Amino acid sequence: MIAIQTATAVPNPISLPSNAPEHCPGTESELAGKVDACAGCANQDICASSEPKGPDPALPLIKQRMANVKRKILVLSGKGGVGKSTFTAQLAWAFASDDDTQTGIMDVDICGPSIPTILGIASEQVHASSSGWSPVYVQDNLGVMSVGFMLPSSKDAVMWRGPKKNGLISQFLKDVDWGDLDYLVVDTPPGTSDEHLSVVQYLKESGIDGAVLVTTPQEVALQDVRREIDFCRKVGVRMLGIVENMAGFVCPKCNGESQIFKPTTGGAKRLAEETGLELLGSVPLDPRIGKSADHGLSFIDEYPDSPATTAYLDIIDRIKDILGDA
Amino acid sequence: MASQDTPVSRRLRSVKHIIIVLSGKGGVGKSSVSAQLALSLYASSPTARVGILDVDLTGPSIPRMLGLDGHGVHQSTDGWVPVYADGSEARLACMSVGFLLKNKADSVVWRGPKKNGMIRQFLSDVRWGELDYLVIDTPPGTSDEHLSLLEHMAPVHSQLSSIIVTTPQAVALMDVIKCLSFTKAVNLAVWGLIENMSGYVCPCCGEISNVFSTGGGEDMARKEGLPFLGSLPVDTELVTLLDASEPAWMDGAPGFRVLERYKSTPSARIFESIVQKILQSSA
Repeated sequence: MIAIQTATAVPNPISLPSNAPEHCPGTESELAGKVDACAGCANQDICASSEPKGPDPALPLIKQRMANVKRKILVLSGKGGVGKSTFTAQLAWAFASDDDTQTGIMDVDICGPSIPTILGIASEQVHASSSGWSPVYVQDNLGVMSVGFMLPSSKDAVMWRGPKKNGLISQFLKDVDWGDLDYLVVDTPPGTSDEHLSVVQYLKESGIDGAVLVTTPQEVALQDVRREIDFCRKVGVRMLGIVENMAGFVCPKCNGESQIFKPTTGGAKRLAEETGLELLGSVPLDPRIGKSADHGLSFIDEYPDSPATTAYLDIIDRIKDILGDA
Repeated sequence: MASQDTPVSRRLRSVKHIIIVLSGKGGVGKSSVSAQLALSLYASSPTARVGILDVDLTGPSIPRMLGLDGHGVHQSTDGWVPVYADGSEARLACMSVGFLLKNKADSVVWRGPKKNGMIRQFLSDVRWGELDYLVIDTPPGTSDEHLSLLEHMAPVHSQLSSIIVTTPQAVALMDVIKCLSFTKAVNLAVWGLIENMSGYVCPCCGEISNVFSTGGGEDMARKEGLPFLGSLPVDTELVTLLDASEPAWMDGAPGFRVLERYKSTPSARIFESIVQKILQSSA
């Protein structure tokens, strides 16, 4: 197979290394390299020596690459299947609808990459050149990078533990020839774990312009989004606001609206009030959204008259507003 | 293999069947299927003893679904005492990282090795006792949690099996195929595939809409030679029940309310036939 097998773990710049043992005292600790838990850790020698620890060698390279990227936006959600990837794709498509705007999508969902399918480029492959890996282009000004382009077959499972995933993410940031970008939209897997920590840590120096949190109206999803908000506050990532997906369902036969995922606790609106965040908008559940994603089509271009399209466009305008790009 | 004696194998030797609920994709209903599976197995016999373990460490949903939000775990000399969803009857044991958090909005920001340690503790330190079934709910993907589960449970591998959950759209099915490759790679038995969110009945006119398409799961099961266990339509009654904050049981009041209400949902009847299939093949 290709480059991913050589993906190596890079030591982490902040707090714990990604390959630290369970009870790692922390690299900054005086006990670093000296406690029982350090036995067998790959970093023990570095920690135990009292020499000052140099920064992660990947960081300057990432900073250099990212210097040409104006805006970096994360799409997050604690819960899976709420529409992170669909929203990422719509956001990027909307940015790229302006011919002069260069947009990139980076899919860091390593175990379940959906972005290639949603953008209709699932059979593409990554090519290497002297300036790095070339992203796959959906159109002239929309480049995409995903682990999905690197698998010999779409059936292959990526059974990787954290350190290997982190290695690939660092490669996506430093080895991909993104070129000059106006926007880089990062699609993440559900949760608050390795992928999220790594993206935040690697991009710390270059700066993340903001995170969009995606949720669905039911409490089970909101609970996970509250955890994601807590995560953003802990790591200091600015939140642009909350997007509520799958909000109401309009029956195509009788046009009656019903709630499939009932907002039993007030939905995203209540959550936004409680947390002091902005509710960027609610997108109704339209079966055609999922269908467009399955076929790799842009929903807002296919169904410009749908209420969901209006909702999407309003949200995207609001995001540009907040970023000061409107 | 049987000679391997680890804290995990000692603890899980008294569990007859361990069923891991998997899906490559998030939000397809792993937790709701796990909860339904546990409730249906519990209801299948008046003496059935069932456990449910939630290893979705950064997004635990099981406590909320079983009406156990806010409960805590107690230590005993013989290990952690799980939270019993049916109160004093103590036949439905539940364990989740959600019970260990002080505040439900706290995030668990852990990298792989810490998650691995937590899972080992869940498997070795929880006082499950004698169980007929242990249902394990997993996070999406095929990564740390899944590999850790399989590694720690290697000594009891013969008791393991799995169920794969999907929704009908192509994006979800792709991840399911990856999940299936995972089960093959780790030699994990699969009972079959459940298609969730297959169609939605409009409450106004009764029209069935295929919100997330339909039939994709069954087609895939046929292609991959996998038993198809059944399809579950979107059941708003069930969504509401599993999302409600109503406590599972009240001190002094008889009965197990979540179970009683679950039995009256349309999904419970469909799920019963799924459980029958599992019981038959496990007998």
